[in-house]
Amino acid sequence: MTPVVTVSGAAYPWGAKNIDTDVIIPAHWLKTISRTGLGKGAFETVRAVPGNIFDDPRYAGSPILIAGDNFGCGSSREHAAWALADMGVRAVIAPSFSDIFSGNAVKNGIVPVVLPQEAIDRLIAAAHDHPVTVDLESMTVTTPFQDRFVFEMDPFRRRCLMEGLDEIGLTLARDAEIAAFEGRIGVARPWTRPAGSVVAGTSVI
Amino acid sequence: MASKPQTLYEKIWDAHVVERREDGTCLIYIDRHLVHEVTSPQAFEGLRAAGRPVRRPELTLAVPDHNLPTTPRVDTAGRLLPIADPESAAQLDALRRNTAEFGVDYIDATAAEQGIVHVVGPELGFTLPGTTLVCGDSHTSAHGALGALAFGIGTSEVEHVLATQTLLLQPSRTMEVRVEGTLGFGVSAKDVILAIIGRIGAAGGTGHVIEYTGDAIRALSAEGRLTIANMSIEGGARAGLIAPDDTTFAYLKGRRMAPVGEEWDRAVAWWRSLSTDAGARYDKSVRIDATDIAPALTWGTSPEDVVPITGSVPDPASFADPAKQAAARKSLDYMGLTPGTRMQDVPVQHVFIGSCTNSRIEDLRAAASIANGRHVADGVRALVVPGSGLVKRQAEEEGLDRIFAQAGFEWREPGCSMCLAMNPDKVPPGERCASTSNRNFVGRQGPGARTHLVSPAMAAAAAVTGRLADVRELMA
Ligand code: SF4
Repeated sequence: MTPVVTVSGAAYPWGAKNIDTDVIIPAHWLKTISRTGLGKGAFETVRAVPGNIFDDPRYAGSPILIAGDNFGCGSSREHAAWALADMGVRAVIAPSFSDIFSGNAVKNGIVPVVLPQEAIDRLIAAAHDHPVTVDLESMTVTTPFQDRFVFEMDPFRRRCLMEGLDEIGLTLARDAEIAAFEGRIGVARPWTRPAGSVVAGTSVI
Repeated sequence: MASKPQTLYEKIWDAHVVERREDGTCLIYIDRHLVHEVTSPQAFEGLRAAGRPVRRPELTLAVPDHNLPTTPRVDTAGRLLPIADPESAAQLDALRRNTAEFGVDYIDATAAEQGIVHVVGPELGFTLPGTTLVCGDSHTSAHGALGALAFGIGTSEVEHVLATQTLLLQPSRTMEVRVEGTLGFGVSAKDVILAIIGRIGAAGGTGHVIEYTGDAIRALSAEGRLTIANMSIEGGARAGLIAPDDTTFAYLKGRRMAPVGEEWDRAVAWWRSLSTDAGARYDKSVRIDATDIAPALTWGTSPEDVVPITGSVPDPASFADPAKQAAARKSLDYMGLTPGTRMQDVPVQHVFIGSCTNSRIEDLRAAASIANGRHVADGVRALVVPGSGLVKRQAEEEGLDRIFAQAGFEWREPGCSMCLAMNPDKVPPGERCASTSNRNFVGRQGPGARTHLVSPAMAAAAAVTGRLADVRELMA
């Protein structure tokens, strides 16, 4: 994963609430077996309306999206994060995110920034004509007008983003601990090993 | 020193900590992993690219569901029928190849056990109390009905689980939703969860794991509980839990992958300890009186847009929050509804009985009891899609398929079907569907489709009356 420290540039001054992952990327785009190319389908239903924010030449291609409460709710599809990344979004600023979406965002180098609604309102006003900067070093969002909003983030997530860490590689390094745990539950809770197996094609309708 | 009272969530969490970091993040062991064709191809691809094997293949079970057409899969001579959509076919094929390559158990589209992941897991006894269970699918919350800590994950996490059998997680906050009292006539588990989401809101449970408690929850069957926990995610909670009890054990005993003999007895002994201790603290608590819950449905495009069937389309101006007013106006515009219209006067063109929320045998029985001796109204297309091949077979043994067929409902092969627009079962633009699924999002059942979430009995009532109807008026 590419490390990300600062995201700076135009921002979609959107602010819409409860944007679910079906809106970010509709289901018929999920039939891909690859992670790339989903930007074409991002916000398809929103983009079907003439004059929408994503096709507005002032914002098209912006690296930052400003949204409302509960961004990314609904399905667990990581395709939502892939679609945003593919359309060039590297940071989303919102008052709250769905738990699954913010996890998926981080794993794809997209910074989920949580700020209170007042800050969002101010940033939307500023972003109409001016760039916004998200900085993970100082944990701030700033504008050219002296606006400076401090946000918080789980330290591990922050590190993963800033260092572009491979989480699986990190966990595999804990192999001894995982094996020890498996040894313990094998004795304490032997039933957690499935009793039977359902094998492909055993019974045909 | 007596140990500190714990919630059910904390007990399961603690039993799965491989390693605790200073910042509170834990490496959590995952006991069970379900996989379907949509969210797994990139995960297997990631393993392949990094040259990593699946750590414990026997703890993962794969089954196709989202993309499969619900028309017959083999012809009368038993030959496999091709899938018309090339992209769906490629994704289904990728699941078959990936599971074979990595040694993961795979239930084929033609197997009797095939079905929706969240129906298959519990009915095979793959889902067990006190386990951690994940799947690349947000409705994994369903399995919490049996006392498993179960939640949806993204594809990168699917890859992480395949490679390490663990996930790196921050503990969630806890929220108790207590439903006390006795449910009224004609009120089902679906109405209970719609009422809960209507109350807490679509983001009410964000950052929390919900535990459903109270005598109204205890009185529900395992299947009713699965309906409730399934929709936890629609209230923003990643997981929903119900403490395992005799109802849970009776449901699981003898299921194909459940423990047997002495292991079963030891398991039950531990499972009995998995309830929230007296004096344990939840971060949030909500109390709902069961007698306040009526057969319910949604009017808008968020699962929190709930009204009783006796109610009317709300006036956006009636909401205090200006943002909610704007959202309601947009929803009503999309839904083609006018404020003040009685919900019961709204005609439907489609009825969908199915999805991981409501496609188990009890759901089909409830719908069949309304369909029996009646007929689908003119101009309505009604689909009944069993949640799995095993549900389908049982329903056929009970004669439910004939009741539905005589009443003019279509009886289909198992799969996600009209719950989401990824397979041929779609609601056409501008048309209205009474659906037993869990999401009424814009475009969820097809571009421009208008969805009203209802219980199976209410869906059957809509089918036979041609409008959103109060099921109580059709019940004997
Ligand atoms: S039935 Fe619907 S909600 Fe359930 S797994 Fe399938 S698509 Fe998801």
